Amino acid sequence: MEQIGREPLAVMHVCGSHEQAIARFGLRAVLPPALDVVMGPGCPVCVTDVPEIDEAVALAQAGVRVATYGDIVRVPGSSRSLADAQADGARIEVVYSVTQAVELARASDEPLVFFATGFETTAVATAATLLAGTPPGFSVLSAHKYIPPAMEIVAEMPDTRVEGFLAAGHAATITGADVFEAFVARHGVPVVVAGFEPLDVLAGLARLLELVRDRRPEVANMYPRCVTRTGNRAAQEQLWRVFRPIGGCWRGIAHVPNGNLRLRDEWAHVDARRRFDIDLAPLRAGAPSGLLRQCRCGDIMAGLARPSDCALFGKACTADSPVGACMVSSEGTCRIWTQYGGHPDLGTEPAR
Amino acid sequence: MCLGVPGRVIEIDGLLATVDFWGVRRQVRLDVVDEPVAPGDYVLNHVGFAIRRIHESEIETTLALYEELLGAADEDDLLAADVRGEVAAGGKRRDGDER
Repeated sequence: MEQIGREPLAVMHVCGSHEQAIARFGLRAVLPPALDVVMGPGCPVCVTDVPEIDEAVALAQAGVRVATYGDIVRVPGSSRSLADAQADGARIEVVYSVTQAVELARASDEPLVFFATGFETTAVATAATLLAGTPPGFSVLSAHKYIPPAMEIVAEMPDTRVEGFLAAGHAATITGADVFEAFVARHGVPVVVAGFEPLDVLAGLARLLELVRDRRPEVANMYPRCVTRTGNRAAQEQLWRVFRPIGGCWRGIAHVPNGNLRLRDEWAHVDARRRFDIDLAPLRAGAPSGLLRQCRCGDIMAGLARPSDCALFGKACTADSPVGACMVSSEGTCRIWTQYGGHPDLGTEPAR
Repeated sequence: MCLGVPGRVIEIDGLLATVDFWGVRRQVRLDVVDEPVAPGDYVLNHVGFAIRRIHESEIETTLALYEELLGAADEDDLLAADVRGEVAAGGKRRDGDER
């Protein structure tokens, strides 16, 4: 930091698991105080947009069985969450994998929609499952997101403070480190791919600071035991055979060009958006609560605010009674800071 | 959701592998892993799919974090819960054998 000679300096990581590791192991306590490590839009549950939640809720309320990953169930749409719908009798199945959703569909003749959330790492599993063949009642409502374009949005924000990015090791296992080369060339900021152990994260941050200090905007791979330059080609091939990137909103962030993964036309027969007539009007008619309007998840995910800057954090918005998506998900910044404390001082217990 | 979890391959049946995660055996799909996998190999898994074979020389450092986590974590530890979720993402064997 001294050699860089200016402060504060902000770098961004884009992965909930990185934030968990940083907060859980108290890594901010050993980092220079002037180095601000902020979490960007790295929580797939948090960036799933309100209309996408509404689509799943509308299907569930229309009597269709909906299977999905756990955290998303409690995230509010424009007026309701899947958990609210479930309380009123809708059939929601929580699964840990798309394979489990397919097994549920196979066990019954009734239609089942898999509400597919998650970044490219998770979308690969959805793609491979469709390619392997699914039972007739099974379809997919894709809310999958693609991370690299979201980094572009953060880098282009006029008031961004971010001077370097830490990229998530397991997403890069699929895409390869080279996927960030074009980004680095366009924006002139370094990207370091890092793993999830405390030393991996610290080594990644140290390399990132070296690149900032030396004004070398380039891609460095500090997680070579899982990440290669070109990534997992077999997984990429399956991902892009099934999905295409389109522009769409990320909750609280912005419209992200090419940020949403949607099923290609060849997969219309398993696309819930084409198989069902989804009516969102009744859900949108319910006005959003005043609390939801005060929620600063968007600023937090863009690196413009910390959870502690939000008036609701720890008061009206808690882990037991979350207002925003960042407090719902185990990968959301607010939830993680509630659990482990955000900036723990050495020798003190994190807030519980 | 972007965390992968390592496990050791016990046996392989087509595109389905039985993988040992700290004593719990689950079935993991091999559709997208880009290298040949054999019993005894370690693979990195996410939502029930192996996404990479981990080479033997690198497995010890990779396992250390997870072992520390699962050993020390209390019930509501978020990172440990995500690891357990990833293990649960594997399918149960038809014969129900988890050991």
